[in-house]
Amino acid sequence: MAIMSTIRAIGHGIVNAVWRIGVAARFFFLTLLYSGNSFRRFHLIIKELFSTGVMSLIIIVVAGLFVGMVLGLQGYETLKRYGSESALGVMVALGLVRELGPVMAALLFASRAGSAMTAEIGLMKATEQISAMEMMAVNPIARIVAPRFWAGVISMPLLAALFSAVGIFGGYLVGVVQIGVDEGSFWSQMQAAVDFREDIMNGVIKSLVFGTVVTLIALFEGFDAPPTAEGVSGATTRTVVTSSLAILMLDFVLTAIMFRGA
Amino acid sequence: MSQPVLVEIRDLNFTYDKRPVLQGINMSFPKGKLVAIMGLSGCGKTTLLRHIGGALKPTKGYVKIDGQVLHELDQDGLYAMRRKMGMLFQFGALFTDMSVYDNVAFQMREHTDLPEDLIHNLVIMKLNAVGLRGTQNMMPSELSGGMARRVALARTMALDPMLIMYDEPFAGLDPISLTVIGDLIRSLNDALGATSIIVTHDIQESLKIVDYVYFMANGVIVAEGTPAELRACETDFVRQFVHGEMDGPVPFHYPGVDYRQDLNLRT
Repeated sequence: MAIMSTIRAIGHGIVNAVWRIGVAARFFFLTLLYSGNSFRRFHLIIKELFSTGVMSLIIIVVAGLFVGMVLGLQGYETLKRYGSESALGVMVALGLVRELGPVMAALLFASRAGSAMTAEIGLMKATEQISAMEMMAVNPIARIVAPRFWAGVISMPLLAALFSAVGIFGGYLVGVVQIGVDEGSFWSQMQAAVDFREDIMNGVIKSLVFGTVVTLIALFEGFDAPPTAEGVSGATTRTVVTSSLAILMLDFVLTAIMFRGA
Repeated sequence: MSQPVLVEIRDLNFTYDKRPVLQGINMSFPKGKLVAIMGLSGCGKTTLLRHIGGALKPTKGYVKIDGQVLHELDQDGLYAMRRKMGMLFQFGALFTDMSVYDNVAFQMREHTDLPEDLIHNLVIMKLNAVGLRGTQNMMPSELSGGMARRVALARTMALDPMLIMYDEPFAGLDPISLTVIGDLIRSLNDALGATSIIVTHDIQESLKIVDYVYFMANGVIVAEGTPAELRACETDFVRQFVHGEMDGPVPFHYPGVDYRQDLNLRT
């Protein structure tokens, strides 16, 4: 009997998970379907760009600076063993634009903006604001979800680019200003080695994918949250956990597609 | 109640998770009247209101508004119908990221192409009607419960709806706010020539302002009539409800095992 109930519980869990994926896919489809209104009234997206993008600037800049500084230190220590300290700029830049910029910025975005989106929409649901909007004949997916979705998709690559830029500056501060790596080699080797299409554009594509996935998870969890304090709290936690795992798994998949054999 | 009927409910049944929530509901809401649906918490009155708003589809029967059966409408048809309705939610449901002004202007901006200076004048007039013109720049978090309810009322009236629904409009209000909201509901209904449905369990305040009352219990209508008829009604349930008696058809004790057995006492 214990075995049967375990199998039943596993089956129930799998059916629920598949069901939820289906509901999330439908939610994504509806978000795209009702996005037209957001672009016709672009001020709705701009307002959300402020709360998702602009309000994430400080955490992105500070984290980017410190990650770049650590990369500068660790990179210098490693490269010194091979007498290649002058390649520090290349190492810092490639590490950031290919991997750390998009991934770290997405993780930070999920923690700050994603959790805020989930909590906000979950609370709107709990306080009947979404029901009120529906009763006013205003589609909440068009009015609430779509502008936030596009704000997340637009702001993510910009935040990742900023993270990488500030990180490179952090690497420069530690490598060139503090340790004394030659400034000319630092910048010129970076310029020569970093390819716009192979490295920068692939990084941008990664951050676009992460932005889409993280924002979608955050909005879906908020919209699907049970309208209670416990429900909103659980949804917020799920947003951060699911987004973080999705980012790391997708990063592997995208890296394998983009950089294999390059 | 011989006036033309705006909302007609016939043989409405609704089952949720195999549990019958509404059974054989028949109601009529004449144009221009203020009708209350009363009953204990959990008796199905909010579910009924959600049917009238088109948020739920009946298992059997129908809700007809202005000649149209709600559950037969597609989303565009339902939204077109909802533009002619207003609903005041229990705690106002004001949009917390918008000011009082923007809350009241919301529907005007969403559904009309009115110029902003005309919207401004309309918003000021709506807020003036509920006595809160001076709060236009405040955020919902700065308002008291009664004020939030009045702003929500102004927002509900924004497009002069033909049907206004109120879900527990008196819940959690102090006596002054309660009287103010009650008076506003009556006066705004008459001024707009609208039809209003109030779902409430606040018997004393409701009987002062409504034209007709339906009493519900366990998903069915157990009594109906004018406030005067209900005050004089001798039905056990209505008498217990109207006079707030502690025990009666609605028992004080929730059903459970024998008291002595629960206390582990030997007989």
